[in-house]
Amino acid sequence: MRSTRPGFLPVLRQLAPALTLVASVAFTPLVASLDAQTMPSPTDPRNNLKFGLNNAGEAIEGMRLLGTAPKPPAFDSMSGLTFVNSDMAFKGNYVYQGNFSGFSIWDVSNPAAPKMVSQVPCVTSQGDPSIIGNLLFISAEGGGNRNDCGKGGVTDPADHMAGVRIYDVSNPAAPRLVKNVQTCKGSHTHTVVSKPSDKTNIYIYVSGSQGARPETELAGCKSGDDPADESNSLFRLDVIKVPIARPQDASVVTGARIFTGLGPAPARGGRPRAGRPDASGNVPAPTGPRNCHDVTSYPELGLLAGACGSYGILVDVSNPEKPRRLDAIADTMFSLWHTAVFSNDGKMVVFTDEWGGGTSPNCQSMHPLEMGGNTMLTIGPDKKFKQHAYFKIPSAQSAQENCVSHNGSLIPVPGRNIMVQGWYQGGVDIFDFTNPDKPVELGYFDRGPVDGPPADGRMADASRGRGTIAGSWGAYWFNGRIYSSEMARGMDILELVPTAQLSANEIAAAKLVMYDEFNPQSQPRVTWPAAFPVVRSYLDQLVRDGGLATARTTSIATALDAAEGQTGSARRTALTNLAAQVDKDVAGAKDGAKVRTMAAAIRDLANATR
Amino acid sequence: MGWLLAAGILVGGCAGQSATPSPAATPASATPQSDASGSAPMAMAGMDHGHQMPGMAPITIPPGALITEADVHFMQGMIAHHAQAIYMTRMAESAGASPRVLKLASKIDLSQAGEIRLMQGWLGDYKQSVPDTSSWRTMSMPGMLTVEQLSRLAEARGANFDRLFLTFMIQHHEGALSMVDDLFAAPRAGQEIDISVFANDVHTTQTAEIGLMHQMLEDIPE
Repeated sequence: MRSTRPGFLPVLRQLAPALTLVASVAFTPLVASLDAQTMPSPTDPRNNLKFGLNNAGEAIEGMRLLGTAPKPPAFDSMSGLTFVNSDMAFKGNYVYQGNFSGFSIWDVSNPAAPKMVSQVPCVTSQGDPSIIGNLLFISAEGGGNRNDCGKGGVTDPADHMAGVRIYDVSNPAAPRLVKNVQTCKGSHTHTVVSKPSDKTNIYIYVSGSQGARPETELAGCKSGDDPADESNSLFRLDVIKVPIARPQDASVVTGARIFTGLGPAPARGGRPRAGRPDASGNVPAPTGPRNCHDVTSYPELGLLAGACGSYGILVDVSNPEKPRRLDAIADTMFSLWHTAVFSNDGKMVVFTDEWGGGTSPNCQSMHPLEMGGNTMLTIGPDKKFKQHAYFKIPSAQSAQENCVSHNGSLIPVPGRNIMVQGWYQGGVDIFDFTNPDKPVELGYFDRGPVDGPPADGRMADASRGRGTIAGSWGAYWFNGRIYSSEMARGMDILELVPTAQLSANEIAAAKLVMYDEFNPQSQPRVTWPAAFPVVRSYLDQLVRDGGLATARTTSIATALDAAEGQTGSARRTALTNLAAQVDKDVAGAKDGAKVRTMAAAIRDLANATR
Repeated sequence: MGWLLAAGILVGGCAGQSATPSPAATPASATPQSDASGSAPMAMAGMDHGHQMPGMAPITIPPGALITEADVHFMQGMIAHHAQAIYMTRMAESAGASPRVLKLASKIDLSQAGEIRLMQGWLGDYKQSVPDTSSWRTMSMPGMLTVEQLSRLAEARGANFDRLFLTFMIQHHEGALSMVDDLFAAPRAGQEIDISVFANDVHTTQTAEIGLMHQMLEDIPE
C-alpha cells in the first residue's frame, strides 16, 4: 500500500510545503491536501488479477461488459507497438478504431457481437481518428509511414507521409483515400476545431511530437530556436482547413503559435521567467513547450485546452485561424501534459499526465499520486487556471502492466461531472470530479496483465522481450454505452449499472443524450431533454448528499411518481404545482443551487407536457 | 543495490561484465553505490560525443529489417546514459539535498529505471547486445559526467550538492536531447515505431525537466 510503503510517500508527505512547486503561471497556487487523495488499497479487487491475453482475470464495479470485439487477424500481433489499437471516433452505429497499422470500422448495432465492416491496413502510427460527416481523418507521425501505406519503411523521402490522411467513408465497407495532408512535424494526434457559425469548413489542429522534417523532404519546414519566428516549424500547431464539400482542397493554412513567451515551466507560482544568463553570459535556449501532445476543443465556448508537454494551456479559438492563449499552468510533477477534458459547464478541465509515455508500468504501489494521474483545474471568470487535486486509480497494478492515465470523456449525468477514462492496463475507470478537491472513483473494469510475472521473480530473461503493451487506450461514453479501445485485445463495450454512487435515474438521464457523431477531443455541449430521469437525477443527488431534508425529498419523489402516472394537462398541472413547491425549498436547503436546478427541470418537464 | 530489479532485464554488460541481480529496494533507500559494478567510476572516456562501445558485439542488422545501426547505437547508448543519471540521483539523499531536489531525483530515478527496462527489452527483441546498468562506467555518451565531475558531485553537500546536481543533470539531459536529434538525423533511423515513440518521449520529458532545473537553480540562494 502506498501510504505505508517505506521511502517515497513519507517523503512526499513531509514535502507538503514543497508542493508549491505545483505552479500556475498566473496564480500563487493552492494545492489541496494530499489527504483528500485516493491512495492504492491493498485489498482492491483489481490487485493481483490472473494474467492472460484472452483469459485474464477480471474485476468490475459499476459496469457490465456487453461485448468484446477481438482484433482483426491482420492486426493481431503482440510485438511492441506496431499493431496496437489506438483512439476511437463515433458516428451512428459505427465505431472508427485507429491502429498503428491502419484502422477498422465496426458496426456496433449489436454490442454483444460487433461486426467488422472494413479493416484498412496502412502503416500510420499512431492512427488517431476523427469523423466529420463522411470524412475520416487519421493521424500519421512516424518516420516509417509512406504515402502508399506500405510496409518496409521510407527509403525515398518523397514517399514519406507525416500529417493527416483523409478518407471518404461514405461507403464504410470501402473507405477511399482522398488526400494525404503533409505537415512539418507529422501528426501524433489531431483535433477537430469548428466555428459554430461556419458550416462549410472545419479546422484540424495538428499536434506533432517529433522535430521538423528537413526542408529537402518537405518545402517550408524549418527547425529553429525562436518561438516567435513565423517561419519556424516548431513552437506551433499546424492548422489544416478542410472545406467539407471539397476535402481534396484541405491544406495547412496557419500555425497556432500558442507558446510564444512561454519559458521553462515555472517551478513556483509566478509568470514564466526568461532564462538568466550563465557565468559566460549565455542565455539558455527556450525550453518551454514546442508543441502540444493533444488538444481538446469546446467549439460552443470557443475554448481549447492544450496538453502541451510541460504546460496545460487555455486558448481562445473562437476564430480558429487566430487562436489566442489565455493562460498556461505548469505542474512540475507532471512529466507530460497529455490530454484534457472540459466539464460540461466549461468551468473545469481534467488534465492527464502520461508519465513514461504509456509503455511503462507506472501504477504500482511505489508510484506517487502526483505522477501519471489526473489533475483537476478550475477556470475562473478571468479565464485563468487554478489547480486542485490529483486523481489516480486506487489499485496497485503490477510490474507487467503498462499503466498511466490516458484518454476519456464525460459521462453526461446531469448535476455532476463524471468522466470515464482508459488507463492502459490499469483498465477502464470512472470517477467523479464535481468537487475538484475531492475526486471520487465510481467504477472500473480491469483485466489482469497480458503477460505473467517472470518465473523466478525478476526480469532476468532477456528472451522474454519487453512485455506486451496493452490495455485501454481510451474509454469513451457514446450514446448510452462505454467503448474502450484495447490496444492488444480489441474493443470492449460496457454499460453502466446502478450503484450507491450512481443511481438508475442518473444512468437513464445520461442515456437520453444522443449524438449523430462524436470525436472525444472535440467536446459538444451536453443538453438534456425535459424528462423524469433528469429531475430524479437531481433528486437522487440531493438524497445522497443530504442537500435537502429527507421529508421533502420523500414528498417530492411521491409527487413525481404521481405526476408520471397522469397524462396531458393533469400531469402538466401537477408538475407546475410541484415546481412551485420546490422553489420554496431552495431557501432552507443545504444545497439550494441544486434544488433550484431541480425546480427548473420540473418546470421544463411541465412545459414539455402536451 | 537497489534499482537493478526495477531496471529489469540483465544480460552481459557493455564491457563484458556479468551483472549481479540484486534484491529489491525502494529508490529512497538505495545508495549511490547501487549499480551492478559496485565500484568507483573508472575508465570514463570523458566528454567524447562519439558512440564508443568498448566490449559491445558488432551490430548486425538483418537484411530487410526496419531498424538501423543508428537505432541500436541509440538504445545501447541511452541505457548507459540513463544508468549514469540514476547513479547521480542515488547520491541525493545522503548528500542532504533539499526536498525539491530530492523529489526531482526520485522522479528521474523512477522514470529512467522503467525506460531502461524498455530499452533492454527492445534490444533483446531485435537480438542485439543489451548493456546492463553498469554500462555507464565504460560507455561515453553526450552529456555524461566525467570522472572528475562525478567526484565533485560525490563530495558536495546541501545547497552545494543541489547546485551541482542541477547543473550536471541539465548537462546530462541536454546530451540526451542531442542523442535524440542525432538519431533522427541519421539516414533511415528512428522509423521503427517503438524507438520513434520512445525517442520522442525522451525529448519531451527531458526538455521539460531541463526547464524545471533551470528554474530550480535560480531559486537556490547564493
